[in-house]
Amino acid sequence: MREIEVGIITEKVRDLCIEANTDIGEDVLRAFDRAMEKEESPVALDILKELKENARIAKEEKLPICQDTGTAVVFLEVGQEVHLVGGDLREAVFEGVRRGFREGYLRKSMCHPFTRANTGDNTPAIIHTEIVPGDRVKVTVAPKGGGAENMSRVVMLTPSEGVEGIKRFVVQRVKEAGSNPCPPTIVGIGIGGNFEQSALLAKKSLIRPLGSPNPDPELNRLESEILTAINNLGIGPQGLGGRTTALAVHILMMPCHIASFPLAVNIQCHVHRHKEAVIE
Amino acid sequence: MDELIRLKTPLTNKDVEKLRIGDRVLINGALYTGRDAAHKRLIDLIQEGKPLPFDIEGQIIYYVGPTPPKPGHVFGSAGPTTSYRMDAYAPALIERGLKGMIGKGMRSEAVKEAMKKHKAVYFAATGGAGALLGKRVKKAELVAYEDLGPEAIQRLEVEDFPVIVVNDVEGNDLYVEGEKRYRRV
Repeated sequence: MREIEVGIITEKVRDLCIEANTDIGEDVLRAFDRAMEKEESPVALDILKELKENARIAKEEKLPICQDTGTAVVFLEVGQEVHLVGGDLREAVFEGVRRGFREGYLRKSMCHPFTRANTGDNTPAIIHTEIVPGDRVKVTVAPKGGGAENMSRVVMLTPSEGVEGIKRFVVQRVKEAGSNPCPPTIVGIGIGGNFEQSALLAKKSLIRPLGSPNPDPELNRLESEILTAINNLGIGPQGLGGRTTALAVHILMMPCHIASFPLAVNIQCHVHRHKEAVIE
Repeated sequence: MDELIRLKTPLTNKDVEKLRIGDRVLINGALYTGRDAAHKRLIDLIQEGKPLPFDIEGQIIYYVGPTPPKPGHVFGSAGPTTSYRMDAYAPALIERGLKGMIGKGMRSEAVKEAMKKHKAVYFAATGGAGALLGKRVKKAELVAYEDLGPEAIQRLEVEDFPVIVVNDVEGNDLYVEGEKRYRRV
């Protein structure tokens, strides 16, 4: 049994909120480069260049990459040998978000669903906690913008629709979303589980580094087929036409009920932010 | 790549009539910020027959909700927000002389009609390029509705603010044309 102070988690969450919002991953920058090699539209090429320049300015000057600094989505993997002490874990995460958004000059975007009154500190965070073997705590902060999240969907397909049904639904969703989720996007797909699990799988699939293959060869093939179909739509960066509508398609899958075929599509904008830290 | 067009605000009919979809434009001069809540208030004023808080003739409204500026900075990160939420309000402003809007995403038929009829254009700025776009703001001053926080109307002085013409006065739409050009079936 190891004791970990929740105050350390507050510190980490604070730092990760700021870091994720100002420093885009190298994997995303490399994906922009790969897209520029294939892109045919001059407007699209200009936009991709602008996005690279934007990332450079944000990193160098520690400015938010995008003004929508997102809902703070926090994944916690807590080792089962860990004893968390010194306070309420949930509150510790919220405090990290409060401090990160205040001290990092990030925009507070959380509000009451009916009155739309801003909560003022970007809480509540959305926390997903998983108990895992070991004596470490892993914290991942993935700020999620509103525009792309709004274009996401969960659907309960019928089993007879099969893999074709998945392809059809995902491509149609991306087509209907058009320019709204700020393409080029990353399309996260969760298959199986149940209603809520499919959505979580879709969200989690986004965390995988861009350009890395899916460890399941069948899903890897499916990812590449769906990506080709999406990029044939011609929507392009910002929806202004081009070869690059999505940078990647990521899939996570698990078994489901014999009567069900859950599918979730979580669309992520090109400001694909996630940073992690391990407390040991 | 076509040449960049430099425009200075306020815009005249002659300025906007020359623009065509796909044109890359660098805007210099003033932009007025405004999004959901500010638009609602402007329309309320029009309906009550009261004057607007700024002279809208020839001006451009930028749909944006910036981050708070860091100490020592003029402005925060400031990329465009999605425009369709302002579609209900835009025609009344275009009728009163608004010449340009900057945002992202498609506009309604009613907005496109108003642009054709009263000579106005819609520009897209790159969504998500908040750091780059915020740095093109050289001065920011409050015009109205301080209580709205990031949604308050501010007058921005911008230098070479990069946008693309998406809807022109002839009714063309780059979202439609661009997708058509690069679609593969």
